[in-house]
Amino acid sequence: MNKNTIPVGPFHPLLEEAEYFNLVVDGETVVDIDIDIGWMHRGHEFISEQKTFTQSIYLVERICGICSTSHPLACVHAIEDVDNTEIPLRARYIRTLIGELERIHSHLLWLGLAGHFIGYDTLWMWSWKYREPVLQMFELISGNRNHYNMLRVGGVSRDVDPEKIPGLTDVLDMLDKKLIMIAKAANDDPVLRSRLKGVGVLTHKDALDYCAVGPTSRASGVPADVRKSEDIDAYSLVDFDVIVLENGDVYDKLIVRVLEMLESTKICRQCLEKLKKVKGPILNNVKNISAGEGIGRYEAPRGEVFHYVRTDGTNRPIRHKVRAPSYVNIPTYAASCVGLPIADVLITTASVDPCYCCTERSLKVVNKNKQPYQIDLLKLSREKTERIRRETYGG
Amino acid sequence: MGWYNKRLAKSIWVFHLSASPCNNCDIEILDLLTPKYDLERFGIKLVGSVRHADVILLSGIINQKVAPKVTHLYSQAPKPVFVVGVGTCPAGGCCFNDSYNKVPCREDVIPIDMYIPGCPPKPEAMIEGVVKLVEVLNG
Repeated sequence: MNKNTIPVGPFHPLLEEAEYFNLVVDGETVVDIDIDIGWMHRGHEFISEQKTFTQSIYLVERICGICSTSHPLACVHAIEDVDNTEIPLRARYIRTLIGELERIHSHLLWLGLAGHFIGYDTLWMWSWKYREPVLQMFELISGNRNHYNMLRVGGVSRDVDPEKIPGLTDVLDMLDKKLIMIAKAANDDPVLRSRLKGVGVLTHKDALDYCAVGPTSRASGVPADVRKSEDIDAYSLVDFDVIVLENGDVYDKLIVRVLEMLESTKICRQCLEKLKKVKGPILNNVKNISAGEGIGRYEAPRGEVFHYVRTDGTNRPIRHKVRAPSYVNIPTYAASCVGLPIADVLITTASVDPCYCCTERSLKVVNKNKQPYQIDLLKLSREKTERIRRETYGG
Repeated sequence: MGWYNKRLAKSIWVFHLSASPCNNCDIEILDLLTPKYDLERFGIKLVGSVRHADVILLSGIINQKVAPKVTHLYSQAPKPVFVVGVGTCPAGGCCFNDSYNKVPCREDVIPIDMYIPGCPPKPEAMIEGVVKLVEVLNG
């Protein structure tokens, strides 16, 4: 057996983020896959521990540009969990609305990229075309296309203007039609079916063993969904189904996401209906957060995102831990990619919708004695000059 | 190099270099290629290799691990190549100035010719930035 290693990355034409794969191949078949992360590490947890709670929310929004509601939402859940802060009902509906709109735009984005990866650029252009109205909805609600900054501890920062609701509902109706059209096109296309069916299968057992979350697990028949299992925001007050399929291949992951988008438009429509009726404050003004610890969970488009916050009664967290869904989903490559031809590996890795910006929350120091950083060298150099000066001139 | 720059401005090929961003600027860059904005009608094209690039779109604070690769990629690009920093991160570090993992000076890693601020900048702002670059190239 003649094994070769194919390095992919860190700047590969197809990858939008910098990441590095090592594919060990035997002929055309992949026998092992290794991934090197850390290209995106910015030290969020460390920075967050120096910021106030409100600044932390702004910061965790910038963990990932696609999940820019999920991370802050889990973060505010964690901070609210310390004191069991009450959230006004209207704020809960607005949170749910924003979260579900984000799911639609994230899944459409994934659908487009998946099409792009298998050389089906029509799907890319289509889904990104219909993603634009969602971003415009965000702009209408929050004032920005991405990074909405809608969340505060104890509520939301901006209200949804009742005058805008009919326009938003029209966009949702349009989206429903187009999503069904895309789903039908994907279903009818023989090339797409043969390219995706039976490729990169993650079995039910593997999904459980690797603790996969989100659409990755739901396509393998594991009904894991925090929106159903936890009482978060207004999800217990709206009617929706958790989509679960059985096969676990890439095609099922695609269909799970398309059906989830339809569920999301359903939730959004219910929230908008409720926002017409439910009046009241949108922000419960939190003056002080006592010492303690709290956890926050939310079902991000990629799966469960988990935040842990420990406080000491001051206005900043003394420990902030983030676990992103991709961090759990990326190891499933070892189960789904091995045994595939090289051409199928990329779509299989893309099928879990990996987000490396979310994942890279920790840094591995390989050699502690080595001083690789310029800033440290500079400091050492200046310290040495200072020391010599002191020794030479005294004092 | 005036004559060369004028020819460059006719059809700019851009390479997208993500040096530890939050993904958002990258997605907005890809958004420019999709039907709503469709920059390809102006001859602006996203290329896969830095060796084909006239302009490098850089996003993100550059972290310690990715910095050598960024310098390497810049050295591989055919000169003249113009580096446009997309977003607040290359311009001012956004909220990551306290990070232990960012490079002390981004301009030491890669010389940045132009900044498009915004977190993330709207696609219209990016188009305006590219138009300004074309104006400069045309002299």
